[in-house]
Amino acid sequence: MDPWPFVIAAYSVAVSLTVALMIWAFGSMRRSEIAADALKRK
Amino acid sequence: MHALANPARFLRFARPATTWLLLIGLALAVVGMIAGLTLTPPDYLQGETVRILYIHVPSAWLGMAGWVGIAAASVSQLVWRHPLAAVAGRAVAPAGATFAAICLITGSIWGRPTWGTWWEWDGRLTSMLVLFFLYLGYIALASAERERGGDGRIAAIYGLVGAINLPIIHYSVLWWRTLHQGQSIGLNGSTIDESILWPLPLTMIGFTCLFGAATLMRIRAELAQNKVEARMRRMGT
Repeated sequence: MDPWPFVIAAYSVAVSLTVALMIWAFGSMRRSEIAADALKRK
Repeated sequence: MHALANPARFLRFARPATTWLLLIGLALAVVGMIAGLTLTPPDYLQGETVRILYIHVPSAWLGMAGWVGIAAASVSQLVWRHPLAAVAGRAVAPAGATFAAICLITGSIWGRPTWGTWWEWDGRLTSMLVLFFLYLGYIALASAERERGGDGRIAAIYGLVGAINLPIIHYSVLWWRTLHQGQSIGLNGSTIDESILWPLPLTMIGFTCLFGAATLMRIRAELAQNKVEARMRRMGT
């Protein structure tokens, strides 16, 4: 059994889910902080 | 901890900390993974599949550490009424759930060539799956409680009760010796050869920094949301 497809699949899952978490956390933070700043300026 | 109870003071610390954790975490995780994929030798028994170790072990550690964070926030909420405790608990949960999921999926992928099966109802695997479901329950309960204007006490009690699963996960490989291997890294050292082990601290610290950055970003998002909601309430009255 060739081990590399399993190694590549495991790394792909780990990297994809970590990147998705970071993008989601960053996006939600930016959206909320922009909304709070906009409301403060009003 | 109480020095950071003031949201404005907390944000003065959190803004630079988020950037530093992101940069250091990204650098260490990438270098550790590249080293683990290209520079270390294959294991004499497992061959190339041992390279899954560099992502599986950090994700297992962070899946469990996330719930330790929830339990600590729960104690802080119930005992000291720390104003940021409920926010911190809600912020840790998505990162903890993500790493618990990564641990389960990479473990399953590692299991197929090593054990000949994708899944087995073994003590370690099952208790880790229970932890993932506990995260989902916590996320649902804490968001429902927040939407209804609760103070987070119900989610805090759930967080403390769920912590009973942590020693079960830790000792599962001793209590039920089935398929998952026993502990190979402990406080007294490791049974893994140094030539294979050395990139592991890089990915451990790297992913931990990314976990910290994601948590801080979620806390900042919720503090900003709270500010918007408070302002809207004042404008409405």
